Amino acid sequence: MKNTTKNNEEYNILVGGAAGEGSRMAGLTIAKLLSNYGWRVFIAEDYQSLIKGGHNFSQIRVTKKRNASPKKTIDFLIALNDHTLKKHAPDLDKDGIVIFNSDVSQYEYGFGLSGKEILEQFKCAPIMKNSAFLGALVKVLGMDFSIIEDVFRKEMPKDYNGNVAIARYGYDKAETLLKIEKIKQSPLPLITGNEALALGAAKAGLGAYFAYPMTPATNILHFLAKYTKEFDVKVIQSENEVAAINQAMGSAASGIRTMTGTSGGGLALMAEGISCCAQAEIPMVVVNSQRTGPATGIPTYGGQSDLEFAKGIGHGDFVRFIVAPGNAEESFLLGNLAMNMAWKYQTPAIILTDKDLSEGTFDFDPKVLTKGTKNKELLWDGKGEYCRYLNSKTGISPLAYYGQNTVVRVTSYEHDQCGITAEDSEPDIKMMQDKRLKKFFSLEKEVANINSVNVYGNKKSKVAILAWGAVTGVAKEAAEILNIKLIQPMILQPFPKKKILQALAGTKKLIAVEMGAKGQLADLFVENGIKVDSRILKYTGRQFSIEELLAELKKKNKK
Amino acid sequence: MDSNLDTKAINTWCPGCGNFGLLAALKKAVNTLISQGVKKENILLVSGVGCHAKIIDYININTFYGLHGRSIASAVGAKIANPDLKVIVCTGDGASLNEGLSHLVHAAKMNIDITVLMHDNRVFALTTGQFTATTPKGFKGKSTPFGSPEENINPLELMMASNAMHISRSYTGKIDHLSKMIVEAVNHKGFSFVEVLQPCIAWYNNSQIYNNNVYEIPDQDLDNKEIAEKKIREWNYISESKISLGTFYKKEGQDFNESIVDIEPKNDINQEIQKILSEKI
Repeated sequence: MKNTTKNNEEYNILVGGAAGEGSRMAGLTIAKLLSNYGWRVFIAEDYQSLIKGGHNFSQIRVTKKRNASPKKTIDFLIALNDHTLKKHAPDLDKDGIVIFNSDVSQYEYGFGLSGKEILEQFKCAPIMKNSAFLGALVKVLGMDFSIIEDVFRKEMPKDYNGNVAIARYGYDKAETLLKIEKIKQSPLPLITGNEALALGAAKAGLGAYFAYPMTPATNILHFLAKYTKEFDVKVIQSENEVAAINQAMGSAASGIRTMTGTSGGGLALMAEGISCCAQAEIPMVVVNSQRTGPATGIPTYGGQSDLEFAKGIGHGDFVRFIVAPGNAEESFLLGNLAMNMAWKYQTPAIILTDKDLSEGTFDFDPKVLTKGTKNKELLWDGKGEYCRYLNSKTGISPLAYYGQNTVVRVTSYEHDQCGITAEDSEPDIKMMQDKRLKKFFSLEKEVANINSVNVYGNKKSKVAILAWGAVTGVAKEAAEILNIKLIQPMILQPFPKKKILQALAGTKKLIAVEMGAKGQLADLFVENGIKVDSRILKYTGRQFSIEELLAELKKKNKK
Repeated sequence: MDSNLDTKAINTWCPGCGNFGLLAALKKAVNTLISQGVKKENILLVSGVGCHAKIIDYININTFYGLHGRSIASAVGAKIANPDLKVIVCTGDGASLNEGLSHLVHAAKMNIDITVLMHDNRVFALTTGQFTATTPKGFKGKSTPFGSPEENINPLELMMASNAMHISRSYTGKIDHLSKMIVEAVNHKGFSFVEVLQPCIAWYNNSQIYNNNVYEIPDQDLDNKEIAEKKIREWNYISESKISLGTFYKKEGQDFNESIVDIEPKNDINQEIQKILSEKI
């Protein structure tokens, strides 16, 4: 057997199988086993647009300090089928170990478990055989078996006894190859970017979510639907994205904090609605989880090429408030901020997330919860005649909702202050355009002073990486390893130029790292007069691994 | 609150437009609803874009003047957000049978408690006269100078097929009847659809045909689908046969807001989030 004990600072585990074989659930359970041993974990998900068959896998990065960065080199490969073994064995570390299904695979270094034997012996559902693989892994890592009981009790209460017995079978078939350290550190909740985003919106008072299913935004719909009662949020599956945004508009105008979510193609269908929100001054949060485009693209893989579209989405002159979180905690905070800002400025806010952030699983520090708020919107005082679009210094008019003791007129047409169509009145038309511009000016001023840019790594380095969204995790690790700087903007429109210039101070060479063929964040910087010296772009839908990014950065640094 | 429903907006419909009849009937219906105890502030009129939609500016109640073809979707959202609202949608044949057909079909299928008044002038009027889904084949408009190539559909048949629970028809030339149909539709619990025959004097003037052929039918066998379908098919929108006005179909059922999970805003969101997070460890 190989010597696996040399590396005890971190581990990289890959579990894969056909769709329907339960590799994702197995991955999450492995993450929880290690998380409950005090380790920090990050799961990157890779799956295809199919329901049964194909190849799905979860990569679990296990580290002492939090590190949301995918790694290519595998220490432990759990191959539920032979395809997984064949595909990923080349990425095994020289001391790497495989736990495989001996019915279909053979491998020199590792432990084979017969799926058939397990099914015969335990008369269980096929998916339950995965517990044996988990049991074997726990044994290999030298963990106490009791950790299985602790985690399974929570994860699989229904078939708890059966799963524990099967895990014990796997445990007994394997050998202990190392003694993984039990770290004195409380486990953190493991949640996806989408779940964190939904929590942030919930904390800002989300009352209704309208959406049409579209990967990778769909599990916001699923998560909110599951917790509809806990969050007091109405969750509606609309007939299409056009319906979703227009229903959301009706809901928001009726006084409920409302959100919709989709991906690129669906965002395109919402474009007219977003424009309407700007004109009618309807507060709205639109989540766009980017995937590989254009068009249908690669539906279940990542991308960062909707920025250009989002920043100009909708016809007419208006500012779209656009935020882009880089991990689960930022998804919570920016989900929260987007909703509060949308209601403060009565305008659409777009949360640009991406597949790898939306569906990646992160450890989430509940301390950030206290930073989430529900800020009160400016409400009508109930006195005198109500005019929905009353002109004001800030451009913000007090809100009243249908059902209050007045007449509320919300309109997509250009209008006077009370919401009556004003096609024939140039002064009204100009006043209303100016009023909205004033609002956007106020928004820009506020954005200039809030925390909109993260800087990681060596803040004094002359070389800096520019990254956003899910790429932040791997870029951060690369910056730390290379002792350079990472700049990650979290607000993209209005462009927080002052904060970005502060972050750039001392930078001589700026290297954009993005998942897109053009580098749209780099383009945004260039548009704003900031030089981007080079770009490392990946556009196959797959995430950068830390090895890959380090190699690319070294190449760029030589030039 | 006063019940004067006029606004200061200048009316821009063509003189003699069928929409005037609809506006008069709608105001009358709103006043009737208020006299029946509906609070004026709980009435919401939703519309989109088209000649019909201008009605928004001419009536002093809550309004949502949304996007072309999307009024029904916005009405659905409003009704879900605030189930106390009485939501009336003024839409057109072009808006809801062409541009936004899916919203009409799905709102009916949801059985959400809103009332859709379809101003069926059977032509795109505000864009100067092109054929819609209810325009007969052969219509010569600017986009079809040699005659439109498509057969029209019967919107009431479409509503039957979409499981609409309250289906009726009226005519802008019969303000009292129309007003009565609107009140009945609004008072029906669940989705209701009123087709309003509305002559477009500029592009497709059917006034004479309607005046000659409309007749009111009694409320009979209203929950019988087969009978309703027969009544609905009596006029094919082409021939100059009798055109029945009245309620064709009416059935009680659970409306959408009653069908979704009952949510009572009572939870402390912080506690709920903490609870969910603790399950995720």
